[in-house]
Amino acid sequence: MLGCISVSVFFLVAILGYVLVHGASYIDWEFLTATPVPAGETGGGIANALVGSFLVVIVASLLALPIGIGAAIFINEFPSLGFGHTVRFLAEVLTGVPSIVVGLFAYALIVIPSGGFSALSGSVAYAFIMVPIILISAHEALRLVPDSLREASLALGIPKWRTIMGVVLPVSSRALVTGAVLAISRALGEAAPMLFTAFGNSFWNINPTKPVATVPLLIYTYATGPYEDWHQKAWAASFVLLMVVLFTSVLTRAFLRGKSNE
Amino acid sequence: MNSETYAMRNLNERELPAKAQETVQPDEAAESVRMRVEGLSVYYGKVQAVKKVSMSIRTHKVTALIGPSGCGKSTFIRCLNRMHELTPGARVEGKILLDEQDLYGAGMDPVDVRRRVGMVFQKPNPFPNMSVRENVIAGFKLRGVRDPKVLDEVIEKSLRGAALWDEVKDNLQKSGSSISGGQQQRLCIARALAVQPEVLLMDEPCSALDPIATAKIEELVHELKDQVTIAIVTHNMQQAARCSDFTSFFYLGELIEFGETAKLFTAPEKRQTEDYITGRFG
Amino acid sequence: MTRDSQATVESAAGMLSGVKPLSARQQVINLGDRIFYVITKSFAVLIILLTALLVADLFRGAWESINHFGLTFLVGTTWDPVTREFSTLPTVVGTLVKGFIALLLAVPLSFGSAVFICFYTPRWLRPVISYPIELLAGIPSIIFGMWGLFAMVPVIRVIQIWLKANFGWFFLFNGPAVYGVGVLSGSVILFIMITPIITAISKEILLTVPRAQIEGMLALGSTKWEAIWKVALPYSRIGLFGAVILGLGRAVGETMAVTMVGGNSFDMIHSLFDPVHSMASQIASEFSEATYSLYVSSLIYVGLVLFGITILISLLAQFLIWKISRGKLALLD
Repeated sequence: MLGCISVSVFFLVAILGYVLVHGASYIDWEFLTATPVPAGETGGGIANALVGSFLVVIVASLLALPIGIGAAIFINEFPSLGFGHTVRFLAEVLTGVPSIVVGLFAYALIVIPSGGFSALSGSVAYAFIMVPIILISAHEALRLVPDSLREASLALGIPKWRTIMGVVLPVSSRALVTGAVLAISRALGEAAPMLFTAFGNSFWNINPTKPVATVPLLIYTYATGPYEDWHQKAWAASFVLLMVVLFTSVLTRAFLRGKSNE
Repeated sequence: MNSETYAMRNLNERELPAKAQETVQPDEAAESVRMRVEGLSVYYGKVQAVKKVSMSIRTHKVTALIGPSGCGKSTFIRCLNRMHELTPGARVEGKILLDEQDLYGAGMDPVDVRRRVGMVFQKPNPFPNMSVRENVIAGFKLRGVRDPKVLDEVIEKSLRGAALWDEVKDNLQKSGSSISGGQQQRLCIARALAVQPEVLLMDEPCSALDPIATAKIEELVHELKDQVTIAIVTHNMQQAARCSDFTSFFYLGELIEFGETAKLFTAPEKRQTEDYITGRFG
Repeated sequence: MTRDSQATVESAAGMLSGVKPLSARQQVINLGDRIFYVITKSFAVLIILLTALLVADLFRGAWESINHFGLTFLVGTTWDPVTREFSTLPTVVGTLVKGFIALLLAVPLSFGSAVFICFYTPRWLRPVISYPIELLAGIPSIIFGMWGLFAMVPVIRVIQIWLKANFGWFFLFNGPAVYGVGVLSGSVILFIMITPIITAISKEILLTVPRAQIEGMLALGSTKWEAIWKVALPYSRIGLFGAVILGLGRAVGETMAVTMVGGNSFDMIHSLFDPVHSMASQIASEFSEATYSLYVSSLIYVGLVLFGITILISLLAQFLIWKISRGKLALLD
């Protein structure tokens, strides 16, 4: 039995270790701040991808957070037979949609009509992945708020919407933020949807209507390319990505533990 | 009446209506009646929890509602500020009049009703994300009222009114849930008083508290009735006898007897009342 | 009568008699509440709409290919962009085979881990032990792909060569061992990726087994292992099955890692060592090559099939898990 856990832990260590060893050494200031040089040459960096990922995810969050949290508020605070259950069930089913299919959806929805790849279409793809995660975690967070607090506010003659905004949301804010962070962290690491939305870009770009480089896609492109230097960069980028994901994980853990200690 | 101005006006002692007669027979002196209930029936889906109850709540008096568990007294009181309808499947028939206005009339906003009829619950429920100070003025803050001068006055006045000022005045920034249970309940009372309701409903406010805290609150009820009309649900008959001016006895959803407390407890008219008071059941 | 229509009828009568039945809608007389209700409801409805839009768009994009090939798309074995013949049976088989082998490896390991966490770990230690599992679940698939390609594949290659040399007569081992990438690699990387998920959910399910049942068994003199095997596992078999199905769903939908280690061929597989695309990797690799509309449409058709399979799996899994835990689980992926 212990052996089973050990196997999982072994793989975790193996993967983390490998990425660490192969990636960390390549990280330097240039790597983080320069844009790519022509293929095959050494030097240059992934700054455009770092900024690109950041940009795409921020816009995606601006889309996904209101929708996810808003829908969760509706389901929990305005209960109606069946509809809330349906939406929640749908969200849980949607978490199983392959991210590549989401990418196809964004392609059909945005890229085709607009005639080209864009960071915006990438954001839409990410948002589609994030909304179910945010909805589910927000719904659970809201459910944890005791009804007695809602009653206390309503009994003061506070309208329901102010009760939600002024009492329910602040009380559940920790769990809400955790869910949001998890969703963002998940989106950051997804490469597949970017294949036919944001598409990638060897140059600097912050225009949302144009293609943009993102870190996970860059890793894929470099890893499957022919140049040794590219492979090296892929490792280093993997290291950066992994650090971000680990950092978020530790952060949310600490956050949640802080809450349960209150 | 605009609820905003109602809350903000006249932070000094409210003017009392013309002093009511000292002893009021239950079926006389209509001008001293604050709330009147006519033929109230309450349903949870198909189950009828309250059966055609009619009674009145006198201004600046304490009216106690007693009865065994499940008799409908809590359901009844929650209709007085339209909290009952928050339960899915809840249904109400009949009229409840506050100063001759039907609280369930068309166009009557439950939010306004609840501003005018406040409530304190069985288990103290201060807002954990707010300090003591913020809890007291939650009724204002949550509506976006922010004038600090006015709010400071409200805080002190309400906390004094709830007999809590001296205990917390140096610690207003503490979290609302970090004070003791009895203090929390008085904080909830202060919070309810801050918005200056006409009637204060109390649903078994002491059942989660120790005897000393309970005594403090009973004393408070006595002091508060000059400011605000009080209706209190209690399963503790001695408490009803101690605190109230009028008492209603509920049983199985019906109002069995209503009258002046002294009379109801010493010479009840109905057999069931007598059985309950003497402990033969419930 | 529905509650809403009842409300409408009775609120009209309400003027006269004070009868006030309520639906969620009627609680919102206040203007602010009304606006808030509408806004949040539209977000909830938006989710349903977007899902419908997803399905519609997939159909629309795949339509040319559906029209052209119909259902033979699903049973043919040729995928040739040059001759414009597209059919996807090999990749469907490739996807499912890799998924099932991954399950075969993952299920014993996950169940073992879950049992260990639930029954052999003191309560305070559980979050500590579960943490590495959670971390593993959170690693992006591209990183699994990187590690898989550069670290794992060479190892698999060595194993494959050894297997072929010693057991090459067995049809499963009778394939191009030297590639390294192929069904075996794909399955193994998937196995590593879905184990944490199955473990996490199984753990939650096993934790819901009432203590009383297990203690009852122990009181009758059984060993701890017997109690688990005979009571806890059968009790939670529906939920556990759900966890397994969920893992399968993840395996089937997984893209990047499989693209990098699963092999790039469209031929029907005959052994464990054959390289073959999964549906997801097929779409990922070919999309940029798709130069004419039938090609693109066919790829979207593949996406539609993939979507259909994963939705079915997902529905089944959700249904089973809900049945057990009545929606109390927060399935954070």
